[in-house]
Amino acid sequence: MAPTIAPVPKDLKKRFQTPRQEMPAQDPVARGKNFEEVALGLQGEAAQLEAYRCIYCKEPDCVQGCPVGIDIPGFLHEVEKGNFSEALGILKSTNLLPAICGRVCPQEEQCESLCKTGKSKGNRPVAIGRVERFLADWERAGGIAKPVEIAPPTGKKVAVVGSGPAGLACAADLAKFGHKVTVLEAFHKPGGVLVYGIPEFRLPKAIVAQEISSLEKMGVEIVCNFAVGLTATIEDLQQQFDAIFVATGAGLPYFMDLPGENLGGIYSANEYLTRVNLMGAFDPEHNDTPVVRGKNVVVVGGGNVAMDAARTALRLGAEKVRLVYRRSHDEMPARGEEIEHAEEEGIDFTLLTTPVRYIGDEKGRVTAVECRKMELGEPGPDGRRKPVEVVGSEHQYPADVVVVSIGNGPNPLVPRTTPGLETKKGKIVARDASGRTSMKGVFAGGDIVLGAATVILAMGAGRQAAGSMHEYLQTGVW
Amino acid sequence: MEFLKQSFELLEKRELAPKVNLYKVRAPQVARARKAGQFVIVRVCEGSERIPLTIADGDPVAGTVTLVVQEVGASTARMAQVKVGECFADLLGPLGAPTHVSKIGTVVCVGGGIGIAPVHPIAQAMKAAGNRVIGVLAARHSGLLFFRDEMKKACDEVRVWTDDGSDGKKGLATDAIKEIQAEVGKIDEVVAIGPVPMMKFVSKLTGELGIPTQVSLNPVMVDGTGMCGGCRVTVGGKSKFVCVDGPEFDGHQVDFDELSRRQAIYKEDERRAMERLVKEVR
Repeated sequence: MAPTIAPVPKDLKKRFQTPRQEMPAQDPVARGKNFEEVALGLQGEAAQLEAYRCIYCKEPDCVQGCPVGIDIPGFLHEVEKGNFSEALGILKSTNLLPAICGRVCPQEEQCESLCKTGKSKGNRPVAIGRVERFLADWERAGGIAKPVEIAPPTGKKVAVVGSGPAGLACAADLAKFGHKVTVLEAFHKPGGVLVYGIPEFRLPKAIVAQEISSLEKMGVEIVCNFAVGLTATIEDLQQQFDAIFVATGAGLPYFMDLPGENLGGIYSANEYLTRVNLMGAFDPEHNDTPVVRGKNVVVVGGGNVAMDAARTALRLGAEKVRLVYRRSHDEMPARGEEIEHAEEEGIDFTLLTTPVRYIGDEKGRVTAVECRKMELGEPGPDGRRKPVEVVGSEHQYPADVVVVSIGNGPNPLVPRTTPGLETKKGKIVARDASGRTSMKGVFAGGDIVLGAATVILAMGAGRQAAGSMHEYLQTGVW
Repeated sequence: MEFLKQSFELLEKRELAPKVNLYKVRAPQVARARKAGQFVIVRVCEGSERIPLTIADGDPVAGTVTLVVQEVGASTARMAQVKVGECFADLLGPLGAPTHVSKIGTVVCVGGGIGIAPVHPIAQAMKAAGNRVIGVLAARHSGLLFFRDEMKKACDEVRVWTDDGSDGKKGLATDAIKEIQAEVGKIDEVVAIGPVPMMKFVSKLTGELGIPTQVSLNPVMVDGTGMCGGCRVTVGGKSKFVCVDGPEFDGHQVDFDELSRRQAIYKEDERRAMERLVKEVR
């Protein structure tokens, strides 16, 4: 959708002078002991004030910065006027999952990084993500959005493999185009990383469930307990569906192959977070799935998932949570906001340090991590300075739980069971941004193509694939 | 073929031995796709664990799979409470790589205790491939033996061994293999499934005898699709995920001691979950 271009308002100065509205958050000490959401969201008036900070620029670069191309000025102008229903309608016409995006998108690197308000001296960008989240929360609290228009049924059937961010975004658009969509999910609950990975305190599961139920209301069918590749192959699906979108994600955790890595108490971040989030191990009164609750927890890695794991460990009652990262603070791939939250909560950042082996007791449980100091050397191919181990710098930290959070490879189930599908290093090869693979009618997108990336990039890929699938379903041109 | 929401109704349930139940469950998609050696993950109800269970039998026409489950903890005790006509909340499968089956000659399929159930479909497949299949049912005592008729149907010959001699010959699974080796001269492959110590000692023996040996591992697991790595084991010095790389491995390469230690991680939690279940039932 083309972004809204409105005449530049006369009260520019006042707009520039309005301060960025801070989002209230739970107290750091209190929240370290509960799983409730940390960031509390803007209230109506604050959201209107924040939207008022938009200066109606002629070329809204923010839209260019959004992987799904939301009409940002359009919805901000409506919020400014208090027309929340219209605003939500505009938002939902391009993004059916605003409650999720408003919480987990790295807006500071996307839309907000290009905001002209933020480019003016001494000013900060419009908090677009916070306003987006406000609208979604307003709807959850009972507000009614202008309904999304759904095209008449086309009679075409589409399978979406995986119900994570890429799959859901794709399913939403395909349903809007009038196709009959079936989403196949291996887990017992839909949502992918949104339910097994991202913790409750950052993205409440009730919100994910609600966004998914709004897809179901649009006619999307979600089938859980279905592992494509095993329960049925892609070839089987081709017999039943006119097109298929594979979005099985990056779900194969990497380990470092260090001595002692299979000791009890050492988890991949995926396992640790899945036990706690999806299986509910944080609430043993109602759930059987256990998780080792350590006193001394060491998390290895510096990404968003590492922050999630560290903050989860704290909430499970750890006395000391140490995050070990091999580079320095500046190179940490996690979002600034996540790092800040983790620091506020008292996570110990042990930087320029890497584990070299794990030490266990006679029962095979981890008791300590042996680490080595690192120095930053020459920049590597990605521009980041390469860490080099300092000889003789070995030292140990006590640990009864270790969470290895150094990334994930592509999930192997579909590539291994689909001989006709071209892959590279386990990832599915998409011909171009359309998501077309080497098999006719089969599209792919999200982490299974990109490698581990972000929720919103996966959603962007899902939406792009939906567009090209719609075109393919209409024209038959491959 | 349809891709619809399924309900996993329990169609038949019977006790095979004390604390060992057979469950026949409606799961047409799994029944159609499954091959020997594969497993499913069952979640009995909201709040219960995801339990990996090897498929003991299946009927693609009737659309059913058969599971044989020993009550060892809260989750399996919870499973035993499900009545015929009720449904399991979730059942995912078939998972894991199928058994590698080819015509190689004489194959000995050893099922130890509850391991008799998962070895059954492998014996069927080995026989169908044209092998001479000798089944060994091994257990601590006669009360723990089951699937005698099923195994007789699947194998050319079945031998029974018990630790206390209460049924068949007195001795361990390893003694059975030694006896067969002495009688038939050459065993081309052993498939051994059962408690970790049994698989460990069978593999040790067949290593000495130079007999290729497959074992099927049942570690702690969460998703069963390669996503968590909780099921990792060391095989040939390398870490493998049982759910996607297994569940079957070369018995001569598996680090069984590590597997035993990893299986014991949650003993305490298991006790707590059991207490919760007992409270609920009251």
